[in-house]
Amino acid sequence: MGVSVNEAVSTDPVRDHPPPARRRGGRGRSALEVALLTVLAIVMLFPVLWMIETSIKENRDVYAIPAKFFNFQFTMDHFKDVFVGAGGGRSALSVSFLNSVVVAGVSTVLATVLGVPAAWAYSRFAVKAKKDQLFFILSTRFMPPVVVVIPIFLMYRQVGLIDTELGLILIYAAFNLPFTIWMMKGFVDEVPAEYEDAAMLDGYTRLQAFRRFTLPLLVPGIAATAVFALIFSWNEFVFAIFLTSSDDVRTAPPAIAGLIGGTTVDWGLVAASSVVFALPVLVFAYLVRKHLVAGVTLGAVRR
Amino acid sequence: MAGIEVTALHKRYPDGTVAVDHVDLSIGDGELFVMLGPSGCGKTTTLRAIAGLARQTTGDIRIGDTLVNDLPPAERDIAMVFQFYALYPHLRTRDNLAFPLRAEGLPKAEVRERVEEAARLMRLGPLLDRRPRRLSGGEQQRVALARALVRRPRAFLMDEPLTNLDAELRADMRTEIKHLQGELGTTMVYVTHDQVEAMSLGHRIAILNKGRVEQIGTPLEVYDRPATLFCAAFIGSPPMNLIEVEVADGKLRGKGGLVLTPPPGLPRDRDLVAGVRPEALEVTEPGAERSVPARVASVEWLGDEIIYVVDHGGERDVRVRMPPTGRFAADAPVGLRHTGGTPAVYDVKTEELVA
Ligand SMILES: Nc1ncnc2c1ncn2[C@@H]1O[C@H](COP(=O)(O)OP(=O)(O)OP(=O)(O)O)[C@@H](O)[C@H]1O
Ligand SMILES: [Mg+2]
Repeated sequence: MGVSVNEAVSTDPVRDHPPPARRRGGRGRSALEVALLTVLAIVMLFPVLWMIETSIKENRDVYAIPAKFFNFQFTMDHFKDVFVGAGGGRSALSVSFLNSVVVAGVSTVLATVLGVPAAWAYSRFAVKAKKDQLFFILSTRFMPPVVVVIPIFLMYRQVGLIDTELGLILIYAAFNLPFTIWMMKGFVDEVPAEYEDAAMLDGYTRLQAFRRFTLPLLVPGIAATAVFALIFSWNEFVFAIFLTSSDDVRTAPPAIAGLIGGTTVDWGLVAASSVVFALPVLVFAYLVRKHLVAGVTLGAVRR
Repeated sequence: MAGIEVTALHKRYPDGTVAVDHVDLSIGDGELFVMLGPSGCGKTTTLRAIAGLARQTTGDIRIGDTLVNDLPPAERDIAMVFQFYALYPHLRTRDNLAFPLRAEGLPKAEVRERVEEAARLMRLGPLLDRRPRRLSGGEQQRVALARALVRRPRAFLMDEPLTNLDAELRADMRTEIKHLQGELGTTMVYVTHDQVEAMSLGHRIAILNKGRVEQIGTPLEVYDRPATLFCAAFIGSPPMNLIEVEVADGKLRGKGGLVLTPPPGLPRDRDLVAGVRPEALEVTEPGAERSVPARVASVEWLGDEIIYVVDHGGERDVRVRMPPTGRFAADAPVGLRHTGGTPAVYDVKTEELVA
C-alpha cells in the first residue's frame, strides 16, 4: 500500500515537468518545424512577395535581368497610376475598384439580409419538404459560373441588365444566397429555440423575439458567412467579364486582367493594382477574425 | 390567477407524429398540478399548447374564462420555466428579471421594486450583477424561477425545471417551489418524468401515456389505486407486483399460492391481475403462518430498506420491501406472506382497474 501511495505522489510532479530528455527532443523538433515552415512559407508566399516587390520597383528594375531582389530603385509611381489617370483625373482602374466595392458590398448585404431570416425560418419552423427544399437551394450552387453564364447573359440581355452594376449585384447575391442559408442554418440550429419561446411568453412577437434575442447571438455566424460571401463577390471573374464591358461598370478583376494583353504590359501597374485589390479582403478578414474563428468552429454546415 | 381547462386536446406534428392523442385536464385555480409520464408521452407538447408556443391540431384551451386557442403566447399572461433555463446570455441577472416587465412597459420604479422582491424571494441578492454564464446550474434555475414570478402571471408552467440539477439540489428546489407556490397561490402546471417529484409536489397528478391521460388523482389516490395497469407499473419504485389471480372460494388465488382478500364487486369470467405493493408483502422464515414457500432470488440493499426479489412459483418473481433489520440471504428458502389490505384488481384485457 505504502509503495503505491509513494508512486502516486512521485508521478505527479513528473507529469507537470516533462523529463529533460523529452524536452530537448521537443525543442529539436520545434526548431526543425520552424525551419520547414519557414521554407514552406517562402515558397508559398513568393508570388505574393514578388508581386509586392514589383509594385514598388522602377520599371527598368522590373525588367532587369538578372532580377534585382534587394538593390532596386524604390517608387510609388505604380500606385499613383492605379488611382490617377494619364490626364490627371481618376483612372479607369480606380473606377473599377469603386465598382468592386459597391458590387461586392451590396451583394453581400443583400445575400445576408435575405439569407439570415430564411435560415432562421428553415431552422425554426416546420416547413413542408424541408430537406428537399434545402437540397434544391444548395443544388443551385452545383453548377460553376462558367456553365450558367451563357443563359444568364441571354436573359440579362432581354431585361437590360447587361453591363449594369445592378446585374452583377443580383447575380452575386443569388449565387451567395444558398451558401448563406446553409451556413446560417447551422448557426441558428445552435441557438436554443427556448430563447425565443421565453421572449414570446414575456410579451414579444415572434419577429421581435428573433430580432432581440436570437439575432445578437448570431453575430459571429453572420460575420463568418458574410466574409465568405464577400470574398466570393470580390474575387468573382467569370460573370464580371461576360456580363460587363464598359469601363465605368466593370469591377476590378476583369479590369486588372485587361491590363495584360496589349503590345507592352506595364507589370508594375499590374502588380500595384493586384496589391490594392488584395488588401481590402485581408483587412476585413483581419478585423472580423475573432468572429471568423468563433463562427467557423461553432456551427458551420451541419445537420 | 386562473384555472386552466384543456378539452379534447389533440396535437399532430406536420411529420405525422401524434404527440398528444386526447387529453382533458381541469386544473383548479391555485392548484399545483403535476403532469407525469415517461419520455415522449406528450407532456411538453401539452404544456407548449397551453403556453401558446405550439398550436394544437384540435381541442380547446381555456385560461380562466378566456378561450385562448387563438391568442399568441404574449397575451395569455402565463410564465414558463424551461428545462434548459433560457436565460438571456447577454443580460445580467437583474436585467434578465426586468426584461418581461420592460416588455410590458411598466414604469422604472415599479420594475425595480418587483425585481428586488423576486430577488428576495429567490435569494438572488449577490447574483444580481452576474451574467448567466457565471452562475451555477442551481443559481440559473433560481433566476429562471424568479423571472417567471416577477411578472405575477396568471399561471406558471414548468417543464422539467429540475432535471439538470444534482439530486440534493433537486430536493431543495422541490421544497422551495412547493413553498413558493403555496405562498403565491398561483396556479402551476408542473411537468416531470420523476415520480418522486410528482408525488412530493403535486396537489393532483395526471399520469400521461402515449398522448393520453391514464389517471388523474391526488398522490395518495394515484399510489394506492392506480387506475390502469400502466399506472400500476409506472408508479412506485419498485412498482407494484402484478400477480395473475383467479377467484376461488371467495378468495383471490395466485398461481404461486398467494391468497389475497378480494375487493367487493369483482366481475366474473374475466382474467384478472392483482396489484400488490412491495410493502404489502413480507418475507418470513420458511413455514411461517399463512406464508407460501418461496426462495430469495436476489437482494437489493438500499440502506434504509431491503428489496427482496422472491421466487414463489408464480409467473414472475415478486419484489418485497422490508426494513433493513430482517436478513435473508440470496437463495435462502423463505416464506412469502401478504400483509396488506385488499389489493387493486385489474382486467387483463382492458388493462383497467375493475375493483
Ligand atoms: N417538433 C416535432 N416534430 C415532430 N414530432 C415531435 C416534435 N416535438 C415532439 N415530437 C414527438 O412528439 C412526441 C411527444 O413529445 P414531447 O416532447 O411532448 O414528449 P415529452 O413527454 O415532453 O417527453 P420528455 O419527457 O422526453 O420531454 C414524441 O414522440 C416526440 O418525438
Ligand atoms: Mg419534454
